[in-house]
Amino acid sequence: MTGSFTAPAIAWAQLTPVLLVLGAAVVGVLVEAFAPMRLRRPLQLTLSLLATAGALVAVAALWNGVRASGGTVVLGGSLIVDGPTLVLQGTIALLALLSILVMADRTETGEDAFSPQAAAVPGSDYEEVARRKGLSQTEVYPLVLFATGGMLIFPATGDLLTLFVALEVLSLPLYLLSGLARRRRLLSQEASMKYFLLGAFASAILLFGIALLYGFAGSIRYADIAAATHKVVGLDGLLLAGALMVLVGLLFKVGAVPFHAWTPDVYQGAPTPITGFMAACTKVAAFGALLRMVYVVLPDLKWDLAPALWAVAILTIVVGTVAGLLQTDIKRMLAYSSIAHAGFVLTGVIALNTQGVSSVLFYLLAYGAATVGAFGIVSLVRERSAVAVPVAVSVGAVGSRSEDIGEAADVATQGSVLGEATQVSQWAGLGRTHPVLAVTFTLFLLSFTGIPLTAGFTGKFAVFSAAVAGGATGLAIVGVLASAAAAFFYVRVIVLMFFTSPAGADADGAAAAGASGQPTTTVVTSEGFAVVAIAICAVLTVLLGVVPGPVLDLVTEAAKFIP
Amino acid sequence: MSTVTTLALVGQDTIAAATPAGGVVALGWLLVALPALSAAVLLLAGRRSDRWGHWLGVLAPGLSFVVGLIALTELLGRPAAERVVDLHLFSWIPAGAFTLDAGLRLDPLSLTFVLLVTFVGTLIHVYSVAYMEEDVDRRRFFAYLNLFVAAMLLLVLADSYLLLFVGWEGVGLASYLLIGFWNHRTPNAVAAKKAFIANRVGDIGLLVAMMIMFSTFGGVSFTTVHAGVAGASKGTLTALGLMLLLAACGKSAQFPLQSWLGDAMAGPTPVSALIHAATMVTAGVYLIVRSAPIFDATPDARLVVAIVGGITLLFGAIVGAAKDDIKKVLAASTMSQIGYMMLAAGLGPIGYAFAIFHLVTHGFFKAGMFLGAGSVMHGMDDQVDMRRFGGLGRYMKITWVTFMAGWLAILGIPPFSGFWSKDKIIEAAFMPVDGSPWRAWVFGTVALVGAGLTAFYMSRLFFMTFEGSKRWRERADGSAQHPHEAPRLMTVPMIVLAVGSVAIGFVLQLGGGLTGWLEPVTGRVEHEASAVLPVWLLMVLTLALVVAGVVLAWRQYATATVPLTPPRATVLTRAARVDLYQDEVNDALLVEPGQHLTRSLVYGDAQVVDGAFAGLAKLTVGLGSVVRTFQTGYARTYAATMLVGVVVLAVIVLAPRF
Repeated sequence: MTGSFTAPAIAWAQLTPVLLVLGAAVVGVLVEAFAPMRLRRPLQLTLSLLATAGALVAVAALWNGVRASGGTVVLGGSLIVDGPTLVLQGTIALLALLSILVMADRTETGEDAFSPQAAAVPGSDYEEVARRKGLSQTEVYPLVLFATGGMLIFPATGDLLTLFVALEVLSLPLYLLSGLARRRRLLSQEASMKYFLLGAFASAILLFGIALLYGFAGSIRYADIAAATHKVVGLDGLLLAGALMVLVGLLFKVGAVPFHAWTPDVYQGAPTPITGFMAACTKVAAFGALLRMVYVVLPDLKWDLAPALWAVAILTIVVGTVAGLLQTDIKRMLAYSSIAHAGFVLTGVIALNTQGVSSVLFYLLAYGAATVGAFGIVSLVRERSAVAVPVAVSVGAVGSRSEDIGEAADVATQGSVLGEATQVSQWAGLGRTHPVLAVTFTLFLLSFTGIPLTAGFTGKFAVFSAAVAGGATGLAIVGVLASAAAAFFYVRVIVLMFFTSPAGADADGAAAAGASGQPTTTVVTSEGFAVVAIAICAVLTVLLGVVPGPVLDLVTEAAKFIP
Repeated sequence: MSTVTTLALVGQDTIAAATPAGGVVALGWLLVALPALSAAVLLLAGRRSDRWGHWLGVLAPGLSFVVGLIALTELLGRPAAERVVDLHLFSWIPAGAFTLDAGLRLDPLSLTFVLLVTFVGTLIHVYSVAYMEEDVDRRRFFAYLNLFVAAMLLLVLADSYLLLFVGWEGVGLASYLLIGFWNHRTPNAVAAKKAFIANRVGDIGLLVAMMIMFSTFGGVSFTTVHAGVAGASKGTLTALGLMLLLAACGKSAQFPLQSWLGDAMAGPTPVSALIHAATMVTAGVYLIVRSAPIFDATPDARLVVAIVGGITLLFGAIVGAAKDDIKKVLAASTMSQIGYMMLAAGLGPIGYAFAIFHLVTHGFFKAGMFLGAGSVMHGMDDQVDMRRFGGLGRYMKITWVTFMAGWLAILGIPPFSGFWSKDKIIEAAFMPVDGSPWRAWVFGTVALVGAGLTAFYMSRLFFMTFEGSKRWRERADGSAQHPHEAPRLMTVPMIVLAVGSVAIGFVLQLGGGLTGWLEPVTGRVEHEASAVLPVWLLMVLTLALVVAGVVLAWRQYATATVPLTPPRATVLTRAARVDLYQDEVNDALLVEPGQHLTRSLVYGDAQVVDGAFAGLAKLTVGLGSVVRTFQTGYARTYAATMLVGVVVLAVIVLAPRF
């Protein structure tokens, strides 16, 4: 072997989805540097939407080739473009597109969900000046694109190093984005810090696992490791420990118990559109990587790993459901719900048959659509300060959130719009004041519950039947029982919205509560991007419930990994 | 009646296998689609359709009825063995080994329901046109009614438990919308909520039942499940039967999930007539009879069904005898009559057909009486307290006569409808099932006593309302009370239903009529067995008890003066006035522990959230709650949890190797 370098032949066309998104992210950084402030938001927004939509189109364009050939190995084996890759990339691109719409939305007074100046100390004069000048942190868009790029690579990786790089590319922007909330900034920054610390910890475990696997197989290629599992003898300890640690790194990202503890805190603290993005897209990407790891690299270890995976799946389902029942904050409730759903998806992963792959692919799309929609709605339901109360008093009333002095102009008539009304009790009576919004939210909750004719039902049906077919009947039973129990915490919100009067109000709700100095609950009118995203999610949720046939056929056809 | 005495255990071989659809039956989907389409039009068109919307709403179930009639003639033209028709609609969820098809099953049982629902439904729609005239949201009301009819038809036509569940949820949804239709009134909103929660408990039963079916039979279509019963273990089948019963209890307001029905009367009266008398509440009976092959194989579950039916029968009758609100008496009576049907269904093959027979006659006479009650309320300025009625028969002749038809029917006076169906249930209850005569005595006595109680409380209602002295004075606003007959649009449906109350029972039993028609579904009863008492004696006993009940009610409520305020009464009466303390029991058993649990957990959560919010809150982590222990808000705890998790998993994975 000489030292000369041979450039690998690169099939650029296969990389289009990834290249489009990462390229747009780089251009976005340039826009931040050179475009005038006024133009940045429209430019960034257009760029991000085009990039994600382009990625979606590129995925569709690649599909025919993959269907014919079964898949291609790209970049000398670092990336694998096969059926599951494309379906997952398509799902991620679509959900990212919808999330970006939610992020881009601003209230009628031009405030988005992000801090006007992330570097400002919370509560400082500098922050207030930035707010008054109407600054906005448009770096959000390239950050989201970078994260999306990482997510697109994650399920396609063909070796352990690429896996690690993709993990970091998707994680680092998310750590930052979590800390950018406009309101309750301390909570947001704390969430960011926690996410970073724990994420780094999980990455370290993953990296350690990678080292062990390399030590075992002498290669970082998935195919080589898979081949080594039945050739190499006497190093089982190395193999098992390495495999387990890599899996733990991935399970952290999907939020499986006992690696879930960050989820509620981060979901609660992060800006709501980012929470939706994380909850949907990160989960899709991480489950993609997990699927490939379990189905391609470690299928021969299934008898060794099964007990651990079973334990994790059952714990995840049970803890997510039980803790979800106790939440009083809607974002934390949705966080626990996402944990429980991670458990349901795991039952599909554990099935270890083709049906398992296709059902997981379907479930992720169904779950992602409902999640982006649900968090989109959460971002629209806000507190409104008491009527005709001077701003200073209203600040006092809501405690330390000095940044809540927004939209002072119409305080005199309506009270100003404050942060999100995340207490579940604040959602009481929303069904009467805002029926359309409440019905849509109900639809998403019903989908989470798994009621027939919603996407969630089809997904649950698919994963549980895959689990039964794969011999994991016990898991399916736990899953169904937990679904029934979890129904209570979703239904509780529905009951609250439709059958309970708004807190402290009877006949003429707003006025009564307003007079008592408590902030009331309102739904903001916005520029409408979020509404578009929510509507698309709702349509998807219904379509995937009523006529899931075509999508199920597609994922079944796509559910073949190539080594 | 001679047929009854000579029957007993079954030949399952008479149950017909399904054949694919052909001919007019292939249009069965229209039955569901027509009202669904109409509901969609009414909801989407909004205020624009206010002027004509209600007529569209009437037309849709009417057309469904016509389609149902055509399908009926088609099925009647076939030999009995070919009367079960499966109509494949589309492949709903094609997921690998398990696929789900959406399809309809038209057979004698479902078609009986279709005709009942669409016929009574259409009449009630017509009635509502006049009853809801003053309401600005009448169009929306009709949209919900149509939605209900569509969901109910889907429920009875589904060919799998899953699609049945869709309809099941659909009727639930429509019923909350309709109970809460006037949801600006707080009691309505509360009642809607109560119905919602009681039904969720029932739904869990159905969900778990489906799960059991899935793991045992590998599918949830009627064909798969019923074919697989033979190979399943007894324990599984019993569990399955009990779960189905739980579902039925929730929907049909049977003990112990009965509490919502009385409160649901807060909704508009036509809703009570359609949903809470004739159709939706009988869905539980439908579910049991539809699952006949399962219940046939598990005598234990069947016994529980019969016990639940028996308890509810007496419970409803006792509550009904003490209530003063005319609609609540009717609600209690509905509960009690469904108890009869459940009891019959619990008797197994000898009872299924009679359960459905009684369900049909009950659909007519109870809907008629509800509409009558609505007419009384209409004429009496929405008064519902029977102590404020009296002597109304002279002022509302049509209502009086039609109500009387319903009253005589529910009493079981020959030859009115109720006689033909209820008497057979009583006789069947006196038959020894599964070789244990004690059951015959227990269930028989319950059914017999129930008949006497029914006679008493229904006569009480009838006399307090239409006979005796006038006890009404002025309206709420002080003007004089002016009882008057309802408009034609309301009286015509009442008259039609009254004719049904008089004749439908006799007509349907001619030549084995309905029970013979249902045979392809319920199976034919062949063996010889007879009731523990002679039939003539049973009839005499029943009639004697009924007459005693009527006479007692006559003396107390028609000839004697009825006090305007309820007198202090015996312990039983006082308990019955508050529904035998059902709410208190529910509170003590379910609500309070739940609230305590929630409160302590909310406290825990507040600690957690505050801790996270400040980031440096004092360490107040107790060991009391698992959630609190792990969800501290401290990153170090989270990291420690992860580490422990890794170590434990490593032990799990590596232990077998070393």
